[in-house]
Amino acid sequence: MLISVIFIPIGVASLLASRDVVEIVDRYETDCIPANYTGDELSFIQDPSSNKTCSRTLTVPKHMKQPIYVYYQLDNFYQNHRRYVKSRNDKQLRSADNANSTSGCDPEDRANGSPIVPCGLIAWSLFNDTYNFSLNNEALTVNTSGISWKSDRDKKFGDNVYPRNFQNGTLIGGKRLDPSRPLSEQEDLIVWMRTAALPTFRKLYGKIEVDLEANSTISVTLENNYNTYSFGGKKKLVLSTTRWLGGKNDFLGIAYLTVGGLCFFLAMAFIVVYLVKPRQLGDPSYLSWNRSPSGH
Amino acid sequence: MRRYVYIDDSDQQDLYCDNRISNRKYTILNFLPKNLWEQFSRFMNQYFLLIACLQLWSLITPVNPASTWGPLIFIFAVSATKEAWDDYNRYLSDKQANEKEVWVVKQGTKKQIQAQDIHVGNIVWLRENDEVPCDLVLIGTSEPQGICFIETAALDGETDLKTRVIPSACMGIASELLHKIKGVIECSNPDKDIRRFDANLRLFPPFIDNDLCPLTINNTLLQSCYLRNTEWACGVAVYTGNETKLGMSRGIPEPKLTAVDAMIDKLIGAIFLFQIVVVIVLGIAGNVWKDTEARKQWYVMYPTEGPWYELLVIPLRFELLCSIMIPISIKVSLDLVKSLYAKFIDWDEEMYDEETTTPSHATNTAISEDLGQVEYILTDKTGTLTENRMIFRRCCINGIFYGNESGDALKDKELLNAVGSNNPDVIRFLTVMALCNTVVPLKSKSGVISYKAQSQDEDALVHAAARLHMVLVNKNGNILEINFNGLVILYEILDTLEFTSDRKRMSVVVKDCQNEKLILLSKGADEAILPCAVSGKQVRTFVEAVEQYAQLGLRTLCLAWRELREDEYKEWSLMFKDANSTFVDREWKLAEVCQRLEHDLEILGITAIEDHLQDGVPETIETLRKAGINFWMLTGDKQNTAIQIALSCNFISPEPKGQLLLINGKSEDEVCRSIERVLLTMKITTSEPKDVAFVVDGWALEIALKHHRHAFTELAILSRTAICCRVTPSQKAQLVELLKTCDYKTLAIGDGGNDVRMIQQADIGVGISGREGLQAARAADYSIGKFKFLKRLILVHGRYSYNRTAFLSQYSFYKSLLICFIQIFFSFISGVSGTSLFNSVSLMAYNVFYTSIPVVVSVLDKDLSERTVMEHPQILFYCQAGRLLNPSTFAGWFGRSLFHALVVFVVSIHAYADEKSEMDELSMVALSGCIWLQAFVMTMETNSFTILQHLAIWGNLAFFYIINCIVSTIPSAGMYTIMFRLCKQPSYWITMILIVTAGMGPVLALKYFRFTYRSSAINKLQQAERLCGPILSLGNVEPQLRSIEKDVASLSITQPKNRNPVYEPLLSDSPTATRRSLGPSTSFDFFQGTQSRLSSTYSRNCKDN
Repeated sequence: MLISVIFIPIGVASLLASRDVVEIVDRYETDCIPANYTGDELSFIQDPSSNKTCSRTLTVPKHMKQPIYVYYQLDNFYQNHRRYVKSRNDKQLRSADNANSTSGCDPEDRANGSPIVPCGLIAWSLFNDTYNFSLNNEALTVNTSGISWKSDRDKKFGDNVYPRNFQNGTLIGGKRLDPSRPLSEQEDLIVWMRTAALPTFRKLYGKIEVDLEANSTISVTLENNYNTYSFGGKKKLVLSTTRWLGGKNDFLGIAYLTVGGLCFFLAMAFIVVYLVKPRQLGDPSYLSWNRSPSGH
Repeated sequence: MRRYVYIDDSDQQDLYCDNRISNRKYTILNFLPKNLWEQFSRFMNQYFLLIACLQLWSLITPVNPASTWGPLIFIFAVSATKEAWDDYNRYLSDKQANEKEVWVVKQGTKKQIQAQDIHVGNIVWLRENDEVPCDLVLIGTSEPQGICFIETAALDGETDLKTRVIPSACMGIASELLHKIKGVIECSNPDKDIRRFDANLRLFPPFIDNDLCPLTINNTLLQSCYLRNTEWACGVAVYTGNETKLGMSRGIPEPKLTAVDAMIDKLIGAIFLFQIVVVIVLGIAGNVWKDTEARKQWYVMYPTEGPWYELLVIPLRFELLCSIMIPISIKVSLDLVKSLYAKFIDWDEEMYDEETTTPSHATNTAISEDLGQVEYILTDKTGTLTENRMIFRRCCINGIFYGNESGDALKDKELLNAVGSNNPDVIRFLTVMALCNTVVPLKSKSGVISYKAQSQDEDALVHAAARLHMVLVNKNGNILEINFNGLVILYEILDTLEFTSDRKRMSVVVKDCQNEKLILLSKGADEAILPCAVSGKQVRTFVEAVEQYAQLGLRTLCLAWRELREDEYKEWSLMFKDANSTFVDREWKLAEVCQRLEHDLEILGITAIEDHLQDGVPETIETLRKAGINFWMLTGDKQNTAIQIALSCNFISPEPKGQLLLINGKSEDEVCRSIERVLLTMKITTSEPKDVAFVVDGWALEIALKHHRHAFTELAILSRTAICCRVTPSQKAQLVELLKTCDYKTLAIGDGGNDVRMIQQADIGVGISGREGLQAARAADYSIGKFKFLKRLILVHGRYSYNRTAFLSQYSFYKSLLICFIQIFFSFISGVSGTSLFNSVSLMAYNVFYTSIPVVVSVLDKDLSERTVMEHPQILFYCQAGRLLNPSTFAGWFGRSLFHALVVFVVSIHAYADEKSEMDELSMVALSGCIWLQAFVMTMETNSFTILQHLAIWGNLAFFYIINCIVSTIPSAGMYTIMFRLCKQPSYWITMILIVTAGMGPVLALKYFRFTYRSSAINKLQQAERLCGPILSLGNVEPQLRSIEKDVASLSITQPKNRNPVYEPLLSDSPTATRRSLGPSTSFDFFQGTQSRLSSTYSRNCKDN
């Protein structure tokens, strides 16, 4: 009973917080296939010469306060796969002295006889779609700095580690890195390297630091480079504001309401049962051996 | 095969082993391999080693191998160190014994060598208070009569001094000549019977003619005895080293496994099977997924052609992932809590015997839970139920009863007057009391005489005689000195016709030194003495006296004497000597010869000795029987004495509530019929609320066990109570074995050396550190000071231990399964690839730190207060039946862990979805969810809180956060800053609350429902306790009172009558009652037998058996 009294308000509060969040989700991986490639997405995405540019328009349903987070969402992408999640070398990322340590990075550890920095499947498959936003034909700046964890930039990715020998192998995975910038500044990599625990995940692309009015239209020019077609994954572009509970997530609110409600019903049920059939507690005469002397 | 030992002959030196004693299990070289081999012969360890080895293969290991190797090596190191330490201690004590300096004669010269260099045939010299280094045949002592005294406490636990004599052939050899003695001893090969030594000695000329001289155990000094009150003694080594009687009987008792352990092993087996199934299913699923999905996922980069073992990789990964299902810590924490239980027993002040200042002690720390599951208690009588402190209470001299009024003959004025007036009957009676025994009087420097007696009865008689002014002053060889009213009388003992359990009597032939008269003094059981009485003389008064005393539960002895003619004695003496030196059937021949002298005895009177019941015995038995424990009494005593004691200590109920069924018979057929009859009656009466007990004696038991084992077993199962009289130690052990084969948990309790085998055989052996020495206590798993402590040992310690272990083990499985299920669920969303959600540090710490401390503290938990348990012993039934740890309770825990895992997993992945689904964060959320749930589950399952428990549960939770925060500050750790980050998020805390409520809500509701509406007896008592503390209150008094009245009623019948001096037909109406219920069969109605054959007892009966 008490639990339900506490839980229902919390549930309502979290639900409200979640509802307050304005979220725009745009799935684009099918629409960004040129008509002549329909049914043959794979050859489109793997063809380096094909034009991958694609433009989308988004309508802002409600007023969005800054900062507005820009995420890309991948579905059915197993960043938590055993082969994948281990395929990195933290030592190498941290300091330039350890450029040669590529243990665990197999099969993307060395290319052409020299070690890859950053090595491993995770870095190799870095997401490489790009987005350019414009509002009323004016470019919206997306701030891509400060999107990663500060602790990662400071401690995990060294400021003297530069990409080397990256994406030089026979197979090109994802994005190429600028070899002149240290890893600690390549925040898209840092974000990507924080592997997701679920096959559906969002990763921060950048922040829009202006408010967006309701019903304004944003046009997005994106480059659809990343191959999700081979495994039927979806790609979505997400613009979202945030509240005290984080992004839009109804789960907690609903769960709280459910648990609170269940507790309420249970409590009521017990009370009813107690009223209907009261039972004195702690009466030793209920003990089996007191009822019948030989009754075990 | 016989052994020929040539005295002091260096030629045969190497024929037999030297005297090096070795109890060691290992040597330095073989310690490591042997110990490892022993440890790895355990399934659990093999399993963990396999897991640890698999983890070395980095392709499949989900976590750092250190997480398994660390604990594994730690566990191995701990048990290896313990073994090594024990073995080192054994080595030290061996070394001490082996290097002790002893004097031996070699080639006619006396020199000092180390004990380990003694060889068979060497003559060993001992001084007073020396320990005997090996088994010796005595050949000389400092005493002119050729006797010496030894203490055999280390051998059989009996603390009294025993006399050993040199063989007649060596009599009178001067000590200097002993150096040169030559001869041969023919003896049997080494065995472990410490009561038997059949050998012959033949001395070579010039000592004595080639005469064969018989040797018995009385001519030997056995290893580990001590020489006392004798200046020196010397003997020939016959058995050395590990071939001595002590060495042969030394055996490593098999480690006992408790039923709980067996159940835990079964559960582990079940989990292992479950694990295999999971591994196979997930392995197949993983491989299928890999082939259908993962190949398409270019970023995973599966090679198209894998190595040959590729198919195995995923199942093996899951095997490793699931390996934590079987908690590696369970054995360690079980061992830990078990030793804590043992410490609780040691520390229990309520089980401290103030009289003898002996605390209770748990020697075997591993089997406390079994105490709570005892179903049968097999108890010794003398010294266990009774105090074994014999006090002379009454006597009947020539038809006159003394001590009937006051209950103490020593204070009876009539008797004192009779002694004062030199009544010849009384004097003769007292003479027999003082002389006819094997008591050794010891005069201390202050002149106080103390007696060393082999039997408590003799001790009581000699003391009583002394109180009646017939003081046994000195025993100087064969000369006995008696001080009667200041008058010194000397007697010479010519022969001792020793007590055997078959003869049931002993006699001595003495010569009165004043008038050279030869007298035969006898004492023994009435049925052994009365038939030898002078024919025509009335023995009826004596029979009546015996009967009366036996009714009172007193032990009776019959005293008799006869004057011998000179020629009669001489003739007999030759026969006796002859029989004494025979080799075959010596005992039987001796008995026959003795028979020839013991006839036409003049009966002097009857002595009655009281053997006190111990404090609180009836109450203890009553309580434990209410707890559903069946009692069997196994005693070496006579049937009637046993039944009397049984009646007086609530063992059996008197008529008409109780009924005794007798199994007897001398032949196979008789016994068979008897058993069948009893079985039939037993089956008929099971419907009636009657206490039926069967009584069986040793002879019938032997036949029953040999030929009618099946029927007897059936009987044993049916009967809640049994009295087995006149049983031997090995029969006691057989009975234990019999009950064990029926899968009953047995507890054997005893105090003497004759109980050792039964104690070792039983699931639990309890020894009473009593007057019969410490032997039983040493062999036992638990030693207590008094029988009454058994109640507390079982009801409090046994029950709590069982409950706690049941909780602890199931909880251990629960927590391991919980984390394992989460891993399995996670594998479904990680492409069935065997990814571990948790990192190595968390996994290792989860089992070792986060969850183990509150569990260990749960040993303080008490579901019911001690008082309630004592008042409602029936509650023990829950332990006996294994209600708290069985597959179905385990299924409950299993389901709970599955449910909790589901809650934690579902809530975490949904609350941390989308942009928050970061691997490290999610794993930490799930882990903290588990820890929170654990804390609440612990709280829910704890019944009695102490500060320590709160500290452990909530401190542990805080500890979890502290540890993780510390780890979060280490930049190189994978979870750097994670914890701080989470703690700042409101969503984290909201998620935690949700996990706890969703996890605990249904469990609590179910528990509350059960507690209130489907409550078990434990719950009911708990409710009662919570409501009003003392259970007998308010409206509940009535039913309680009724049951108490019932108990009191049954008690009141037996107890007052025990002390009633007047003969009261305690069971006067029983013959008819019994006969009615049994129909025409009267032969096994023992009450009828009572009238004709009530008999006395003799404490050595039970010892010699």
